[in-house]
Amino acid sequence: MSLVFDMALVAGLIALALHVVVTRDGRGAILAFMAFGLLLGIGWARLASVDVALTEAAIGGGLTGMLLLRAQAHLVRHAAHPAALPTDRRRWLVPALSCGLVTLALAAVVLAFPRPAPSLAHQAVASLEATGLGNPVTAVLLAYRAIDTLLEKIVLILALVGVWSLSRDAAWGGASQLRPAIIPEPLVFLARVMPPFGVLIAVYQVWVGADLPGGTFQAGTILAAMALLVMLAGLRLAPQTQSRALRLMLAGGPALFVLVGFLGVAVAQGFLSYPEAIAKPLIVGIEAALTLSIAGTLALLVAGPPDRAPEP
Amino acid sequence: MSAIALTSASLFGLCGAALVGIGLFCILTHPDLLRRIIGFNILGAGIFLVFGAVARRGAAMGLSGDPVPQAMVITGIVVAFAATALAIALLRRLASLTGSATLEAATPPRSET
Repeated sequence: MSLVFDMALVAGLIALALHVVVTRDGRGAILAFMAFGLLLGIGWARLASVDVALTEAAIGGGLTGMLLLRAQAHLVRHAAHPAALPTDRRRWLVPALSCGLVTLALAAVVLAFPRPAPSLAHQAVASLEATGLGNPVTAVLLAYRAIDTLLEKIVLILALVGVWSLSRDAAWGGASQLRPAIIPEPLVFLARVMPPFGVLIAVYQVWVGADLPGGTFQAGTILAAMALLVMLAGLRLAPQTQSRALRLMLAGGPALFVLVGFLGVAVAQGFLSYPEAIAKPLIVGIEAALTLSIAGTLALLVAGPPDRAPEP
Repeated sequence: MSAIALTSASLFGLCGAALVGIGLFCILTHPDLLRRIIGFNILGAGIFLVFGAVARRGAAMGLSGDPVPQAMVITGIVVAFAATALAIALLRRLASLTGSATLEAATPPRSET
């Protein structure tokens, strides 16, 4: 029975992905992609990866969709109408066949997975006690493979630097224009009612992330969504990107992470290792600082390069 | 063979394989750069899904999946988002500067859209 549900889900995912590629309607493709992200979230829940499901639904379906819709609106105003897929068979046949081959090869790999399946679950559970955490995924992210998470934070900051550096010279250090010309009333209402709940859910996610599905990424994405909602409704202006407080907040999380990492060299076994007695408070502290940094970075990545001159 | 194909983990793995092909085709052939960025995201989603099948098969010790691939996929989703945001910022700048959202030379079929 559950397999029938999974098959329907998979069919829906593939149909939506194909629609994204072949449709002529640019906006429709983006909406299909957002639906795809949400369906994929359900798929991840079916794979029993609730942490991934929360991240995929929030980032894949939500933030990426918003980013794409804003880009589409910009392109419609500034660029010639983009062309559709080539109709000339010579131009799509060879790529289609090659991509089909890639899919077949991957499918063969999927069907030939070794059994019994290799798994690091034993090691992950065996050391869980030492970290004081209950959620093995959080333990991997912030303890066993903390270096990955640290580098990923730095990638986020670098991407933001890249986005900002695409602003016009006059707008460097200014703010992004998020507020639309006409703000619908329901949006303002939503932007007044939603944020308290959103913040509460985010705090809850960080806190339970130590033991249950949830964590910094999911919470950060929810906070970013709330901030964007408030700015879109015009209740608050987007922050000046030259603001020192803002930049401190963005860099604070990774900076604290690096600091704790070097602390590990002095008091524990090496870079990014935690003294066992205070592992849990350290991890929760890093998570709290990272959540704020992630929220700020994600929101500003969606907001895009600053396009208004800075106010002194 | 049939026993392998019937688990939901390998079903999603196969779905991932299909998504990789679809995304790759979109990146290779679509003239609209925004659509290529979406294709890049579909390609990524497919790779993550294959990895998700690996994670699900690694269920052991009372866990419903191997936590290591799951954590790597979460990291991957966030990094893919950062790359998408940078790509879109580049595309918006390109459109503002050149008035075109494609890298193709003047395409004759534009008149029909």
